[in-house]
Amino acid sequence: MEKKGSLMLKVLSGMLGLLMLAHCAVSSAALSIEIIGAGEHQIPISLVPMGGDEKLGAQINDVVTSDLLRTGLFRMVDTTGQSPHETVDVNFNNWQLRGADALGIGNVSVQNGRIDARFRLLDVVKHVQLVGEAVSANENQMRAVGHRIADLIYEKLTGDKGIFSTRIVYVNRQTRSYSLIVADSDGYNEKVVLKQKEPIMSPAWSPDGSHLAYVSFETGHAAVFVQSLLTNQRKPVADFPGSNSAPAWSPDGKQLAIVLTHDGSSQIYLLHPDGTGLRRISFSGAIDTEPNFSPDGQSLLFTSDQGGSPQIYVMPAAGGAAQRLTFDDGNCFSPRYSPDGKSFVFAHLIGGQFYIAVQDLQNGQMQTLTTGGWERKPSFAPNGKIILFASEARGRGILATVSSDGRVQQHMFTQSGDAREPVWGPQP
Amino acid sequence: MKKLVISIVLLNLLAACASEKPKEAAAPAPAPVAAAAPVAAPAAPVQTAVDPLNDPHSILAGRSTYYPFDVSVVQAADKPLVEAHAKYLSQHPEHTVRLEGNCDERGSAEYNLGLGQRRADGVMKMLEAGGAQASQLSAVSYGKEKPRALGHNEAAWAQNRRTDIDYTK
Repeated sequence: MEKKGSLMLKVLSGMLGLLMLAHCAVSSAALSIEIIGAGEHQIPISLVPMGGDEKLGAQINDVVTSDLLRTGLFRMVDTTGQSPHETVDVNFNNWQLRGADALGIGNVSVQNGRIDARFRLLDVVKHVQLVGEAVSANENQMRAVGHRIADLIYEKLTGDKGIFSTRIVYVNRQTRSYSLIVADSDGYNEKVVLKQKEPIMSPAWSPDGSHLAYVSFETGHAAVFVQSLLTNQRKPVADFPGSNSAPAWSPDGKQLAIVLTHDGSSQIYLLHPDGTGLRRISFSGAIDTEPNFSPDGQSLLFTSDQGGSPQIYVMPAAGGAAQRLTFDDGNCFSPRYSPDGKSFVFAHLIGGQFYIAVQDLQNGQMQTLTTGGWERKPSFAPNGKIILFASEARGRGILATVSSDGRVQQHMFTQSGDAREPVWGPQP
Repeated sequence: MKKLVISIVLLNLLAACASEKPKEAAAPAPAPVAAAAPVAAPAAPVQTAVDPLNDPHSILAGRSTYYPFDVSVVQAADKPLVEAHAKYLSQHPEHTVRLEGNCDERGSAEYNLGLGQRRADGVMKMLEAGGAQASQLSAVSYGKEKPRALGHNEAAWAQNRRTDIDYTK
């Protein structure tokens, strides 16, 4: 009788696990996350919460699990009844029976204000260790330890660079204020970089992640500012009459492309991040805006209505003739190169809806990744596998991601306000 | 997913119903201008010349031009308004105005910033052509960042595609 009872419990908890997978709503005080869709080939993995400081182990396990699930590339295999922390305690056959391909184990402790985690990733089928690494961080950086472990697992099992330890920036609009917010890649650990009454838009990461350029209306019109994330010091770098906007960093961090209207229509200029060396590079007389440097620094993608409606164009970063790239019906905005430079992502407005789409630069083929709505301002994760964008749900602006193959979407709800203008940051 | 989209649409419709109607609708009333002057003035003689800028019945009471989608040229319907402001500014060099271009939300924030600037610059050029001095004029764009009406519908968008003529002095 008792046996039956515990079996029942097992089945129930197994079902619970399944249910949780089917509806992965991870909620917290800060924000909640919904995942839609799943990857085609999911890697079955079991993660045993680390031993030692078990409470911390469980917290870290939550972070790692959420990170991996958000990619759509992993399936969590239940760990009930087994909790090995060392390789010698692992019953590989049991894990194989459960259907896991990989198993994560380890120990964690806190000493002298530092978290010290020893993590191992094991190949359940071959009975070998894939990863064995010590991860340490300050006591208040539990989530950073989780992100690092998730990166180790992701890199080993997919072959792609992990992006869980990266950051994102976005603007949050409240009723009477605008905040520029830097957060972890999963939206947690929010830090307000700037808060003011006037609008903020178009944040842009310096290539080394140490500075942000953005547009602020604090002087009564759109002006470009650069702010250090280390010292928080900020200064206007372009504040000409009219509008100063759309900053983009060159890959070497030595140039900013910006858009000014002081010579007439919105045109693209280059200048140094300290505000010197201004030089105009586009001469269309149309609206040329949203420049984005290619990874090799040689070309600029931009939005222009020089053909009559907003479409995506490319031009040499040194200036020169522009070439139109999008010819589809509707309007195209906000282009950004993929990290490998082979394609670009953009917002496509057609039939009254915005979609996130990618286009191959070689063959010109376009692929729509999302189901449509108010989806704007896409940017690639540094590994090119996930795209972050602004969307809308339940009547307010939210952050969303879609895998670069369009299979897995995720919605991130901030606690309050309208989240907008997100950009994925570089590798730390 | 579809359900969600539908409910968002409904929400927006509701939001739209609650938003204010275009101010402009009240404008076309070029009735007898002189007769209406001293309404609440009790005993005092009718002498005080009302600055037409503060006269709610003057064409100068209109302070906005409106546009079709993705258009920045001042529309024929708004030309008399802009011309009247140009004339007034040319006769009153002590006044200054800031032209504030706005857009509906369809488009990226940056494209709309450019479009709003174009709208404001267009009104500024027309004011200058009509006799206002360049030193009296400045033009800024708020793009889609400061919508007057909220909601994903034409009623809201129509109100947000405009240039405001803001007397700063």
